[in-house]
Order: sequence, then structure tokens, then C-alpha cells
Amino acid sequence: MNRRAIFPNTVLPYLLVAPQIAITVVFFFWPAAQAIRQSMLREDPFGLRTRFVGVDNFGRVLGDPAYLNSLQVTAVFSIAVAVSALVVALLLAVMADRVVRGQGLYRTLLLSPYAIAPAIAGMLWLFLFNPSMGTLAVLLRQAGFDWNPLLNGGQAMTLVVAAAAWKQISYNFLFFLAGLQAIPKSLIEAAAIDGAGPAHRFRTIIFPLISPVSFFLLVVNTVYAFFDTFGIIHAVTSGGPGKSTEILVYKVYNDGFVNQQMGVSAAQSVILMVLVIALTFIQFRYVERRVHYA
Amino acid sequence: MRLRLATAAAAAALTISLPALAATEIQWWHAMTGANNEVVETLAKEFNDSQADYKVVPVFKGTYPETLNAGIAAFRAGQPPHILQVFDAGTGTMMAASSAVVPVAKVLEADGVTFDKSQYLGGVVSYYSTADGELLSFPYNSSSPILYYNKDAFKKAGLDENAPPKTWPELFDAAKKIKAAGWPCGFTSTWLTWIQQENFAAWNNVPYATLQNGLAGLDPQLQINSDLYVRHFQTIADLQKAGVFSYGGRTSEAKIKFTSGECAMMTESSGGLGDIVKSGINYGTGTLPYYPEAAGAPQNTIPGGASLWVLAGHPDAEYKGVAKFFEFLSQTPIQARLHQKSGYLPITMAAYDETKKSGFYDKNPGREIPILQMMGKAPTDNSKGVRVINLPQVRDIINEELELMLNGQQDAKTALDKAVQRANAAIKEAADL
Repeated sequence: MNRRAIFPNTVLPYLLVAPQIAITVVFFFWPAAQAIRQSMLREDPFGLRTRFVGVDNFGRVLGDPAYLNSLQVTAVFSIAVAVSALVVALLLAVMADRVVRGQGLYRTLLLSPYAIAPAIAGMLWLFLFNPSMGTLAVLLRQAGFDWNPLLNGGQAMTLVVAAAAWKQISYNFLFFLAGLQAIPKSLIEAAAIDGAGPAHRFRTIIFPLISPVSFFLLVVNTVYAFFDTFGIIHAVTSGGPGKSTEILVYKVYNDGFVNQQMGVSAAQSVILMVLVIALTFIQFRYVERRVHYA
Repeated sequence: MRLRLATAAAAAALTISLPALAATEIQWWHAMTGANNEVVETLAKEFNDSQADYKVVPVFKGTYPETLNAGIAAFRAGQPPHILQVFDAGTGTMMAASSAVVPVAKVLEADGVTFDKSQYLGGVVSYYSTADGELLSFPYNSSSPILYYNKDAFKKAGLDENAPPKTWPELFDAAKKIKAAGWPCGFTSTWLTWIQQENFAAWNNVPYATLQNGLAGLDPQLQINSDLYVRHFQTIADLQKAGVFSYGGRTSEAKIKFTSGECAMMTESSGGLGDIVKSGINYGTGTLPYYPEAAGAPQNTIPGGASLWVLAGHPDAEYKGVAKFFEFLSQTPIQARLHQKSGYLPITMAAYDETKKSGFYDKNPGREIPILQMMGKAPTDNSKGVRVINLPQVRDIINEELELMLNGQQDAKTALDKAVQRANAAIKEAADL
């Protein structure tokens, strides 16, 4: 039953995948190996004095209260970003799915934030909410709300979560909309004839049918919040006030490129690498099994 | 086909090697933006037009920390620029890397120029020299923190618009009056670490850290939790709560609070003058405030800004070009022009004298303040400068604790004690390789 194309030439397939392998080696394996090597060294910024310290840097990182704080901040940040981006996107997708006129326009507008670079998105939100010059910040303060994300950690976190989620909503929206449109209309119509209201239909038919998409998006959003939000944090809060928005990737950057502690920074990036590998593993083992492609 | 390729390759090689034959290229990596970037480009062009042997190529590398990192990465890759602009806080990092840099004094000597210290502004030159007086980097843009105030706000509060407060108690008092008169904010400050601690120490003649603030050893212990600091920061924390002081950020973000008219007074770098002039605000300038009860205050301030470092790893002939460029930069007309246009300090006495003679300070009285502050008295152990191997990291630690303090989560004593403890641990780790 299974028809296979057999290549008599054993060299050709390798040649064909060689460019991809080369790119992976140069842009992933080599830097990753460098990071692992660096994570076991202790040296001054210029690399004039280097000392092998084994896993000492890892012990240092994991025993540092600031790192544990950063883990906690990352957990709060990632969950907040993923949940808010998913909920809002689903809401918008359900509504856009019902729109009859001007569907194209709504979709285009809803998708546009995805085309904006994280750093630019951060700047946009900063311009709106900077306590000194932000348009919306002034309105907030005129309304009597003490808005000061420069000093208030909770407000700073809210601001970066909003900026990060806003950017991701478009991506989620696209997947949700596709998922919604793949649901056979006959199912929904049958339920409607049986007397199920919109909320009931959503709960018992639509949501279960898009759950594989939701789970996939949950993983993607978590990875996004972990790694792709560096630009937003850098532009909006630089990890402050205090250390209240210093997520793991930002700490890697700050310790390596501001504090010039290459070993400690490399050890953190190795830990992050392990985290990504674990997340990807979960996605492949668990999500792939659950998704039913009709 | 093959022939054509070969010809093309030869032609390409020729075009690439031609400029190299004409003049030796000197790479200058810097972090200057806007008007200051134009100054860099102009200086390079003038130098290149003035002679034919060397060609200075300025390359913008981003913010100060980004430029430092680019230089470090290039050095590690064996491709360092000849000249690297490094900000004040990076001085300790550069000094600790003695085999990666060539002292400017040596570069000049190799070209037959003896570096005569007396020709230069003492406060600036000593900051960039070793303990035994060898000049390590070339002071390019030096500045000093001063007080800016809004004359309209002073008028509104019934204060004398031509008498800015001289001491901190006077300033806090004025700030409260201005706030009470209905102005949104009395006082703000950029760079709390550089102005309210490093310069605060020098200006009030109190130690910032042991070992002459780090000038005499690699692992100083911070002393920024002594009584005067605690009193100063507790007052600022209380005023923040009362809305009289308004925090703007860790570096120069607070400037906008002054230029927008929100805050009536601000302590900021003298190099920030350009933006304040541009904002069109009715401003005046004064000296950095001090505490009258501090013995010896006001002492002298310490320079901020950046200096030019010469990186190791190039042939001697190219360092000759670097020396020629530094000699070009030291010329009196060039220094006088740099000082008058950019608001940075002149580095030679001759340039200062010429500016004075030209009547520039009579027309622009605020412009002499940073120089007078820096040269007023012979520096003490507390006021020669601050040198910590990982100063950017130490500043971050302090900023984190101060932010928690300003948000009312801890008092000044706790904040400063924690900052000292954390910073000392970080310094020890950085120094112990």
C-alpha cells in the first residue's frame, strides 16, 4: 500500500539537505556549542584571563535570588501574556466570524499589529503610557489614577503584558478564525434547531472542536512570551522598576552585555535552551497526538 | 567566461586596495547621535583634509553600552577599532584590561609628543589617568552635573528668579514652595547614581567607597549608606511621596520633565544644555547644590561623559596616525569650538582661556559653571573620581534599590544598606577572576 520513492543514488539526498544542515550548524549548533563552552568558563570582558570553572556558573545562577525572582517574573508574565492574548483573540475571532459585511477590512486591521517589530510595539505603548509625556497616561492621571509605571512594579508589568499580548493577538486571531471556519456549519445549524443558544453552542460544540488549535496556540504563545518579547521589555521598562519586569531573556542580555559577566550569562542561556527543548518536546509528543486533522 | 571573472576579481581587488594605498585608515567607533554626531563627522573630515597620510573613519555603534560591547567583541575577534569611545562608567572596565589598551600617553610619546599634564584641565585628565599619573584615554566629551531651573516657576512661587538655591536644604525648601504655588512638580534629577551619589560624594567631600573611591585598588567597598546619604535620600523619598520630587528614570529620561515644564528644577549634565535651549523654556542655571554642614563642601565635581581609548593589536605605524589625530583634537581653536558649541568641557587650559577672553562666558554665564565646579579646589581622596571595575552593574543595583525606595516599599536606610551589600558582593565577584 505504501508506495515509496527509492533513490538509487545515496549521495544526492545528502547533497540536497546539505544547505539546510549547513545553516543549522552555523546558526544553531555552533553558537549553542559556544554557549555551552562559555558557560563553563569565567573570564574578564576582553577574554584576557580565562579560567575553567565547570558547573560553577550554573550553581551561581541557580543560587542567585535575583534569578529565582526572574523565574517568577517570567512565569507571571508568560501566563498573563498567553492567557490575555488567547482570550481576546478568541473573542475577536468569534465576532469576526459572524460579520457579514466588511469582513476583509476587519481582518486586515486585526492582523496588522503582527507586522510590527517588538521594539516598535514597545515604543508605541511607551508613547501612550509614559508618565511624563504619554497621551493616555495624562488622561489616566487627570481621572485621578496614580499612574506611574516607572516606580510601580505592578503597573509596569501590566504595561509590558498589554504591549506583548496586543502584538500576539493577531497571530492567535488568524488561527482561531481558520479553526472556526473549519467547523461544519451543519453541526451548528443542527444544534440551533435543537434549541441551543449561542453561548450553549459555543460551549458544547465550537470550543471542543477548536481545542487542538487552542492548545497549539498556548504553546506558541508561551514560547513567544519567553523569548520574543525582549524588544518590548528593553524599550518599555529595561527590566525595572527594581527587578519587577526582568524576564529570563532580559536577564541573559543584562548580565552578559551590560554587566559583562559572560560565563553567568551563557549559563542562563543554556538553561533557557533546555527549557525550549523541553517545550518543543511537549508540543511534539502531546499536541501532535491530540490534533485531529479532518 | 573564466577570463572575464578573473578580470572582474582583479578590478575589484584594485578598487579595494586603492584607498588603503593612499592613506592609512584609522577606525573610530563612537556613540554620538544628533548634533554631537555631526561634530564627530566634521572633526574627522577636517582632520582628513588637513593631511594625506591618515584617514579617520568614524563609525556609529549605538548607545554607550552598545559601543563598549561592540569594541570588546571586536577585540575578542581580533579586529579591534583603533579608537573606541567609552563612557565614564566603562572606565573601570577598560582600566582593568591593561593588555587590551594602549595608554594615550604612550601613543603620543611614540610620535615624539610628550604629554604635558599642566596644559590640561586637571580634574578631567586625572580622571582618565592611572594612579601614578599616566594618561590612559583621551578625554573627548566631558561634562559635569549642574542645576537648571525654570524662571517662570520661580516667579509664580514668589522666589527670586535670579537666585537659584545653593544648598540642598534651600533647594528642597524652594521645591516645596513651588509645589505649594500650584506647579505640578518642584524638582527632578537625571542619573541618580552619577549625580546624587558619585558627584554628591565628591562635591560634599564624603567617601563614595573605600580605597579612594576605588582609585587605589580593585575591590573597594561602597560607603553610600553613611548618614549624609541616608538623610539626602530619605528627604528625596519623602518628597516623591508628597509629589514635590518626581522620578524620571535611571539615565537622562527625567530631562523631559524639565523641558516640558512639569518640574521646576532639575539637576542634569551640563551636556544636556542643547535640549533645554531647544525647548525654548525660560531657564536659568546654577551650581550643583551641596550640604553646608559637610566639611569642605562644596569641594569639586567629577567628570562624566566619555573618553577615547586606543585598543591594542595594530601595527605601530597606525598608532602614529592616532597620535596625529589626538594632537589635532588638542589644538586650541578646535577645543574652544567644541566647548562652545557642544556644552562639553574644554580639555586644555589654553582653550578655556581663549573662550574666557572672547567674552563667551559673559554672554553665556551658565557655561562656565561646570568648569568652575570641577576646578574650584584641589581634589581630595573623596573627589578624584569613582573607579569600580563593574560600575554599570553597580549603578543598576543601586537604581533597583532606589526605585523600591521611591515607590515607598523601603526607607532610605534599608535601600542604601541593601545596595551596598549587593554591590559589594558584585564588585568582589567581578574583581576575583
